Amino acid sequence: MNFPILSFLILLPTVGSLFLFFTRSKKENNITTKYVALFTSLVNFFLSIYLWILFDNTTSDFQFVEDRIWIDGLVNYKVGIDGISILFVILTTFITPLCIISVNNSIKNRLSEFLIAILIMESFMIGVFCSLDLVVFYLFFEAGLIPMFLIIGIWGGSRRVYSAFKFFLFTLLGSVLMLVAIISIYWITGTTDVVQLYELGIDAKYQNLLWLAFFSSFAVKTPMWPVHTWLPDAHVEAPTAGSVLLAAILLKMAGYGFIRFSLGLFPIASEIFTPLIYTLSVVAIIFTSLIALMQEDMKKLIAYSSVAHMGFVTLGIFTIQQQGIEGSIIQMISHGLVSAALFLCVGVVYDRMHSRLIETYGGIVTIIPKYSILFMVFTLAALGLPGTSGFVGEFLILMGAFKDNFLVAVIASFGVIIGAAYMLWLYKRVIFGKLVNLDLKKMVDLNRSELFILSSLAIPTLFFGFYPEPLINTIEVSISDLIKVYNINIMNN
Amino acid sequence: MEISIIALPLIASIISGFFGKYIGDRNSEIVTSLMVTISAIFSAIVLYNVIFNQYQDNIIIATWISSGTLDVNWSMKIDPLSAIMLVVVTSVSSLVHIYSIGYMSHDPHKPRFMAYLSLFTFAMLMLVTSDNFIQLFFGWEGVGLCSYFLIGFWFKKDSANSAAIKAFVVNRVGDFGFALGIFLIFYLFGTVNYNEVFNQIPNIVDKKLFFLGIEVNSIDLICLLLFVGAMGKSAQILLHTWLPDAMEGPTPVSALIHAATMVTAGVFLVVRCSPIYEYSELALNIITIVGMSTAFFAATVALVQTDIKKIIAYSTCSQLGYMFFATGVGAYNVAMFHLFTHAFFKALLFLGSGSVIHAFKNEQNINNMGGVYKKLPYTYILMIIGTLALTGFPFLSGFYSKDAIIEFAYLRGNTTGFYAAGIGVFTAFLTSIYSWRLIFKTFHGEYKNKDIKIEETHESPMVMLLPLFLLSIGAIFAGYFFKELFVGYGGVNNFWQDSIFFLKPLSTEHPPLWFLLFTPILVVLSIPIAYYLFVKNKKLTEQIANVNKPLYQFLLNKWYFDELYDVLIVKPSKNLGLFLWKFFDIKLIDGFGPDGISAIIKKCSIKANKFQSGFIYQYAFIMLLGFSALLTFLIVK
Repeated sequence: MNFPILSFLILLPTVGSLFLFFTRSKKENNITTKYVALFTSLVNFFLSIYLWILFDNTTSDFQFVEDRIWIDGLVNYKVGIDGISILFVILTTFITPLCIISVNNSIKNRLSEFLIAILIMESFMIGVFCSLDLVVFYLFFEAGLIPMFLIIGIWGGSRRVYSAFKFFLFTLLGSVLMLVAIISIYWITGTTDVVQLYELGIDAKYQNLLWLAFFSSFAVKTPMWPVHTWLPDAHVEAPTAGSVLLAAILLKMAGYGFIRFSLGLFPIASEIFTPLIYTLSVVAIIFTSLIALMQEDMKKLIAYSSVAHMGFVTLGIFTIQQQGIEGSIIQMISHGLVSAALFLCVGVVYDRMHSRLIETYGGIVTIIPKYSILFMVFTLAALGLPGTSGFVGEFLILMGAFKDNFLVAVIASFGVIIGAAYMLWLYKRVIFGKLVNLDLKKMVDLNRSELFILSSLAIPTLFFGFYPEPLINTIEVSISDLIKVYNINIMNN
Repeated sequence: MEISIIALPLIASIISGFFGKYIGDRNSEIVTSLMVTISAIFSAIVLYNVIFNQYQDNIIIATWISSGTLDVNWSMKIDPLSAIMLVVVTSVSSLVHIYSIGYMSHDPHKPRFMAYLSLFTFAMLMLVTSDNFIQLFFGWEGVGLCSYFLIGFWFKKDSANSAAIKAFVVNRVGDFGFALGIFLIFYLFGTVNYNEVFNQIPNIVDKKLFFLGIEVNSIDLICLLLFVGAMGKSAQILLHTWLPDAMEGPTPVSALIHAATMVTAGVFLVVRCSPIYEYSELALNIITIVGMSTAFFAATVALVQTDIKKIIAYSTCSQLGYMFFATGVGAYNVAMFHLFTHAFFKALLFLGSGSVIHAFKNEQNINNMGGVYKKLPYTYILMIIGTLALTGFPFLSGFYSKDAIIEFAYLRGNTTGFYAAGIGVFTAFLTSIYSWRLIFKTFHGEYKNKDIKIEETHESPMVMLLPLFLLSIGAIFAGYFFKELFVGYGGVNNFWQDSIFFLKPLSTEHPPLWFLLFTPILVVLSIPIAYYLFVKNKKLTEQIANVNKPLYQFLLNKWYFDELYDVLIVKPSKNLGLFLWKFFDIKLIDGFGPDGISAIIKKCSIKANKFQSGFIYQYAFIMLLGFSALLTFLIVK
């Protein structure tokens, strides 16, 4: 076997965090701890880019597979990636270093512990996207909650405890059912190995219940309407870096899970429950967009818009069309970049004025011009303007949806209008207008690290808007094969 | 060379936008104006080649999206239709760039302004040269974005920001229909490339499909959905409300975007899709009706407005209505002809009004002007030329194009055609009245401005007058010289080749002589009428307004569309949003979900807590009770 690159990716951040355990969290150590964390995550990022270069996009087979016996006859530690998962791995390794750079201003105490939480989180997230065994997947999936719970609970705002528990209980509740489902899959088929399960298939009579159990977990994490209410609270209380991780990566685990497990393992049930997903997605798009329109807190607004965007994702996945699923993955990548950037944008002004309320701001375009330009780029990407990655995702999803169901596509397209309204209105109230609050005059424009972070998010957002081919080429074969297998399963039933 | 037509404005925009601070105001103005002018010269060369050498090309620049069967390229399609648009866009744009140097001379953000103008030009060129629907959509939203930026250019004005958002969101409503149209095209044909789609159209003429529970002809549906997009962009009735508000932007912007180029994109779309529209009688009739309603509606509103720019904005709206009903009666080439001439004279009028506004130091109300024709002689003459051309005064450009529209409507020979021709003639009369009202109120009568002395008003600098002069040449001669090319009664369709499709050839007859003379006579007559009403006997107009108070109010408030939308759409959406948030999310979901459950658990545990009081006698008492209950149970059993 070659160099175990995936295990290395998974373990490296944890190893890096071990070093941080030994540094005392004193002020003078802050720089060192940050550099250690940054170095670790950067090595991981470059490694994942190398992985992308090595990746063979002409096959839908799993690559870089490692298979080790963990509990004999029961669970194997098995990891591997295909076109569906690789982009999420890269997204994770790309966002994490940016998060680490961003903690400069926002985290005042216990910096090294905070960085440990972030690094461990990175390990778990990569683990989620790489694991090819249901039990291993479940462990990573659930373990990811713990660092996030701590990030919100310890470094959060005034209502942090309420939000942290709400987040934890909501997500755990759904996951318990998934655990039951995984155990029963083992009893039914005798294995939890995803590759073997793909080949064996699961008897149609069990699929519905199992699908529902997985769904209950993924729906909470996505989050789908009506189990989305934990998200705005969690975002509002979480520190900036926490919000970024939550929006950019944590939410993507469920979308990934839907494609990998719901479609892959339970095609017949997926076909049956597609109307359910459509309904919930469309309701999410319209309802949460309208709610976002009325928000007074910037972070809440963006959180609600995330729910709407994830509504597009779930809609696209269950169209079972090439355009729909590819659109969903691109939408998830794009949302990872854009929502991360938007939360960082809120963080920038929050660090300066200590307010997230929209009414605090207004008329700051001449005071902080660089910020205003970058914020505009992400606003436009969020409302899906052609030329940004947001457009490619949304448009492909709607195109796929239209092939499958006119009504759903029409209603979902309607959400695009409301999306433009709430994002532009937000921008107008924060950036344009007369300068009323004179304290704002003291605001300083982006410093070097902030400028670096936001531009490194803006560049891929625009690049993939004009040229999404690198993304599409990576996922194309895996998805067309997935659809083929799916359709064969439906036909045979 | 072809690609540089598109690329130069983009490069200019990037230079001015990102490096404007370093190269200075003057240099960014020169760079942007120069590059767009070069692009205009190249466009003229391309048009020359297209006319005389039958040059056509479809350049593929790069792949954009290829997902499954969907294949979209960044492309540049050159055919007669796009060549005409190239010339219109780049020439008006370059003149507006030059004009802006003078007009914006007191503004602190010149590089930003020039960058937006160039970026707009780029997006508009992407729109017109696309060879597929999705790049068209890119340009479509791109011009919308630049329009948003430019309307809200004076960001301190709250009204400007609101107008900018309104423009974008209303356009998004149109784009919603447009996008659905594209989805439907892809659904039916599996491609979004123009040629591939157009070739397949005849195969699906009778194909029906169920759309939202209604059985419709698929071609009708495509046409109507695309037309919704066109209605948004071209400010047709129901989706027109953004255009008058868009006048919050600087005047050069109004001339370029909201008169000559962007708003005509809807007309361009319908003409481009003529191979589809020709197969849909229903859609063509609806377009005719919408077009003529807009023409009429906007003209009536323009009669009573007092803001010089809003009058011209409504006039634009009205003229776009003319273009649409030209396409509706199947005279696509005539619609393009009117689009072409309209670009010159309407840009001229806007820039001229800009010159007036400049002279009055940002005063826009025509009731606060008057009597300055001697102070602003050049502007006055140029505005008169623009007005004559707009109203269709014989032998100026508007005469050829507008009368051709009315004639073709008449020749269509069906009910909607006659009806449209009638409305067209009447609207031409209204157009003439409101246009002369503007001229007379602005330049004649007594001087009415209280803030600025008449001596302080001054003629605009050369850099502003030169573009006006060039546009006036277009306004005078464009009709006469290009008549044959566009409408070409002799060799029909020679110029257009296959870029415009006619299912059955256009009628080559001529309407009766009385009909041909009717409109020009009305137009000429309206000048003395307007002079009498607005200069000689102003009492009479006031009396008319007083007698018809409700009607006057109705027109003054623009048929109450804004108020209606506010009550019907804006407020309910906000209330619904609030309701969904406060009631649904917080009360229902959280109340019964996490908060409710945790409250119940807490209550139970508080109750349970009470059992653990720690007093031995209580425990002993409970034990005794339990023991006796058990004993009783055993005995009874």
